[in-house]
Amino acid sequence: MALLSKKDANLILDPLADNNPITIQVLGICSALAITAELQASVVMAISVVFVLGVGNVVISLMRNIIPSKVRIIVQLIVVATLVIIVDQVLKAFAYELSKTLGAFVGLIITNCIIMGRFEAFALGNGPWKSFLDGIGNALGYGVILIIVGFFRELLGSGTLFGIPVLGDPIAKTGLYSIGYENNGFMIIPPAALIVVGIIIWIQRSRNKALIEEA
Amino acid sequence: MGMKEKLHQLKLKYQDKKMAPAFNAIHTFLYSPNETTHSGSHVRAVDDLKRTMNTVIMALVPCLLFGIFNAGYQHYSAINGFPTDFSLMEHFITWDNFWLGAITVLPLVVVSYGVGLLIEFIFAVIKGHEVEEGYLVTGMLVPLIIPVDTPLWMLAVAVAFGVVIGKEVFGGTGMNILNPALTIRAFLFFAYPTWMSGDKVWVHEGVQRAGTADAISGETILGYLAQGNTEALYAKYNLSEMFFGFIPGSVGETSTFLILLGGLFLVFTKIASWRIMASAVAGSLVMGLIFNGIVDAGWIPEYSKFYGLMQFDFWKHLIVGGLAFGIVYMATDPVTGSQTNKGKWIYGFLIGFISVMIRVFNPGYPEGVFLAILLMNVFAPTIDHYVVQGNVRRRMKRLKNATILPKPSDGKAEELKVETV
Repeated sequence: MALLSKKDANLILDPLADNNPITIQVLGICSALAITAELQASVVMAISVVFVLGVGNVVISLMRNIIPSKVRIIVQLIVVATLVIIVDQVLKAFAYELSKTLGAFVGLIITNCIIMGRFEAFALGNGPWKSFLDGIGNALGYGVILIIVGFFRELLGSGTLFGIPVLGDPIAKTGLYSIGYENNGFMIIPPAALIVVGIIIWIQRSRNKALIEEA
Repeated sequence: MGMKEKLHQLKLKYQDKKMAPAFNAIHTFLYSPNETTHSGSHVRAVDDLKRTMNTVIMALVPCLLFGIFNAGYQHYSAINGFPTDFSLMEHFITWDNFWLGAITVLPLVVVSYGVGLLIEFIFAVIKGHEVEEGYLVTGMLVPLIIPVDTPLWMLAVAVAFGVVIGKEVFGGTGMNILNPALTIRAFLFFAYPTWMSGDKVWVHEGVQRAGTADAISGETILGYLAQGNTEALYAKYNLSEMFFGFIPGSVGETSTFLILLGGLFLVFTKIASWRIMASAVAGSLVMGLIFNGIVDAGWIPEYSKFYGLMQFDFWKHLIVGGLAFGIVYMATDPVTGSQTNKGKWIYGFLIGFISVMIRVFNPGYPEGVFLAILLMNVFAPTIDHYVVQGNVRRRMKRLKNATILPKPSDGKAEELKVETV
């Protein structure tokens, strides 16, 4: 019944864990630091990157034989830019508040190293179906980390998830706040994301020793 | 059979068990271990890491005791009014003050040591190495550099963060880049700013009573200056009160006098570097003089929000806030500071210089010393690198100009070169 051959499945599964773009390749850190203070923004960012990278990889893969290699970076940039503008316009049309929170970071998907990295490393040398799977896999691997970081930062920093208070009301002192708990302001600021990502990397490498680089 | 013998036999019995490091920690804390080195010549002295740490703790005890009395003194004075004819025995060293201070400060000490040592033990058992003594000093520093009313759970969270992220991830004691005590304070400051700044937190019960008819507060000296209330400041505190420490502030950092004594003790026992202390004092004085010069030259108007702190006499910066405490007990941390003698001068000077700069320019952080020390901790290896490189270059130059007696052809020149590098 295999929907995907084992090799194809690995294209999706590998980047989720053992070849994760953020925790193993340490790419795309900038946006992981900037927009993960809220879970909602993390999810939207993850979906946007899945779209851009999935479609972009297919487009580049289809064109891979006609792109002159001297101008391939320019072609890749045009493809990403087009897709990012689509995402940006869709967000502005249907989720204006959110697009304001994400601000420049939607536009900056263009500079996300993961995208150009996959175009260069994979889509230029593989067929559309494989490239599609690879794009989806890497974008999901990126998104998973974003969502984990966003979850902890929003929960500990603001006491909410998707903007909904889950730990009680900090001003009226209900729920956890009634016993003296307070939100951790440190989690709101970007350096906290670096530390959370660092802890994820630490946990991942101590569970799988093969990932530890030679010193 | 003495206690030492018994412990030693127990140690041998549990040698290869998982919990051995935890047990060994207690054993070596109490006694000098029996092991001797078997190979090679060696000099064995008892001034090991533990002795070093204990000496620093001894230097901190006066600050802790003063902090206990001061916690009570500030609390009762805020309620009943400050005594007009202050006498040390009558108003400061009293049972009331001691009791109130003890029940507020000692829990901080207990939580700090409890959480910190628990994490050290857990890491030692997981990683299978001996428990390191590094937390002994950190555990004592932490309660002294936080406000008296810091909630205990916040302290516990911050200590866990500081020990794990500030120290254990780098490989434990001796490998850390940042001073763990200051990492803990920085975490508290950025995570729970309302408990670490303002005019309520420095006096016991200041926060609980806020907004009620019994509200009390105690603004720090730097707080007064940042708001430009210079006259109110001098009406309330005189210079000797600032120097001896009868002022609001973090638990153990108010008494410059006792810190000075502790600093001298550390210098004479050769535990802490006098170079760092001296250059840090010089650095803060230079920055203070620059600011005073700017005010004297009339370059800054009186309504400027920096005016209050800028016109503060340069040498007074040393007796208020945590600058003296930071210089004596934390800038001198041998692990995170510079190692080379020339590097220590640069490192210390910049700590003093930047501390006063942050103090004046960033009223959001009325105390800059912890940020300055953390910043210089990061730069310490770079400073050392360039000092060592400069040394190498100077020696290479000397070698080039030197007359080498053996002929260059017989390989002596190369040998000398290797030695020099």
